Amino acid sequence: MSKMIEIRWHGRGGQGAKTAALLFADACLGAGMYIQAFPEYGPERTGAPVASYNRISGEPITIHSAVESPSVVVILDPTLIGAVDVMKGLPQDGVVLVNTNETTEEMGKKLGLNGQKLFVLDASTISKETIGRDIPNTPMLGALVGATGMVDFDSMIEDTEAKLKKKFRNKPEVIAGNVQAIRQAYETVKAQHA
Amino acid sequence: MSETKTETSLKGVKNLAALTGNEAVAQALRQINPDVIAAYPITPATEIVQIFSTYVSDGLVNTEFVAVESEHSAMSATIGASAAGARAMTATSSQGLALMWEMLYIASGLRRPIVMPVVNRALSSPINIHCDHSDTMGARDAGWLHIFSEDAQEAYDNTIQAIRISEHPDIQLPTMVTMDGFIISHGMEVVKMLDDDVVRDFVGTYKPDTYLLDVDKPVTMGGLDFTDFYFEHRRQLAEPMEAAPGVVKQIGEEYGKLTGRKFGLYEGYMLDDADYVMVLLGSTAGTAKTIIPELRAKGIKAGLLKLRMFRPFPYDEVAGLLAGRKAVAVMDRSDGLAGLGGPLFGEIRSALYEAKQRPPLADYVYGLGGRDCGPAQLMQVFEDMQKMAVTGAAANRVNYLGVRE
Repeated sequence: MSKMIEIRWHGRGGQGAKTAALLFADACLGAGMYIQAFPEYGPERTGAPVASYNRISGEPITIHSAVESPSVVVILDPTLIGAVDVMKGLPQDGVVLVNTNETTEEMGKKLGLNGQKLFVLDASTISKETIGRDIPNTPMLGALVGATGMVDFDSMIEDTEAKLKKKFRNKPEVIAGNVQAIRQAYETVKAQHA
Repeated sequence: MSETKTETSLKGVKNLAALTGNEAVAQALRQINPDVIAAYPITPATEIVQIFSTYVSDGLVNTEFVAVESEHSAMSATIGASAAGARAMTATSSQGLALMWEMLYIASGLRRPIVMPVVNRALSSPINIHCDHSDTMGARDAGWLHIFSEDAQEAYDNTIQAIRISEHPDIQLPTMVTMDGFIISHGMEVVKMLDDDVVRDFVGTYKPDTYLLDVDKPVTMGGLDFTDFYFEHRRQLAEPMEAAPGVVKQIGEEYGKLTGRKFGLYEGYMLDDADYVMVLLGSTAGTAKTIIPELRAKGIKAGLLKLRMFRPFPYDEVAGLLAGRKAVAVMDRSDGLAGLGGPLFGEIRSALYEAKQRPPLADYVYGLGGRDCGPAQLMQVFEDMQKMAVTGAAANRVNYLGVRE
């Protein structure tokens, strides 16, 4: 992969948009790719709209300015649609993933798609059933891999598990749930490929 | 180092890590394993010492960690520990650096080889936590060596090298190693780390020449000098600054042999035959590297001079590199409020005074308070340079890039 891919994550403070970008970058590095992951720092409060970004490339990444025109947008919280311009800069051949219980048709209309490829999944329900809480970031990580195929799923899940083990060394019970959530989301999105 | 060319494949590279700039510098501090760190938290540098404190509590380092009540105390305690013979460090940013002010001059006056990572952040007022270079630029005459880093890798590499530079017998001065706030400090990138024992061998054991606890060789530090000796002692501070470029290059070569990443006083990117040269410090240099090949593809000979050393300033090298170019644009991520642009502009103009073929020169103040500076803005500057080359002078000597007027 020589062309650089840029990803924008939309979420609300506390949903893990930053962590998702960091985990995804780490998994891509594990696959031998150059990475960047960075959040947009503003006045952060739980529940306030936040964004984070990835750049992934087969070549060294030196650019240090904002991501203006991502090829993939991941929306952790559908209530942001309308409140934040989630489609900003997304080209016609871009990909958008939404955590929602609505259908592709309903969500597509809401987003005002203009040729972009849309994937929907109910990551919140997956998260509640597997992790026990509504933390949609890790299932959306699986969905992103399912939608883009940017990294090998098995190596991604291995990498993410290792990272989660480090992060939650005092809470091992959340790891299995997260891994299950990622897998379920990945399968859900894989099935939506036309 | 002139033109850079590095192997890009990550296959089989050892010790690869996805790290933020703060994490990378905290790792460097762990590997350096200093005797003392005294610090006070301040955004966006807090994580460096916060992460380091976990290394202390996990027993990964032997460092005495001193949690102090302010940055003034942090620098005071670091100077005290250094004077006692310890390898002592701290880290800070912005207002924290400002609060250290009087102690910065004391650190250099006492010839303490303290290394301090500084995360560049705007100064109040108005309050702002994001990147510009106003904080360390204000300390440019404090007798500290001043090294800028483009990315997390360089922040890591520079922190390790700075120990050797500061402690070199011909230098014995403090060094600040800077990286851009949030853009680098909180941005995760690929960092090629060294093995712990490689870093420990490279920095070596600190053997201070003079220190207060050496009862066999008693010395006075911080003595009173009136009209009799103050001038002589201050004059002596100029000597290590004259020696510094040679030492920095020598240690940068040695580090290059060890790592494959060679360092000098500056980095040139497509510079050798460039007609239009942009001079930059810090992370925006990386952004410039993405547009210069585009300009080259259109037949426009664009190039970049990224300065690594700001103090001492490499006047002669810069003059040699910039004389005879068709146009030069200086990028200042702080406004000197001096009446004629930012601090880098002043240095570049001064460096070019004796040059036979002085190029048309313009200053661009950009990115204050974290204002994004992307490819489009930099492209605009290269367009301006092409006009300057035709008219022989800049339309405006000082420009404010990306500001709403």
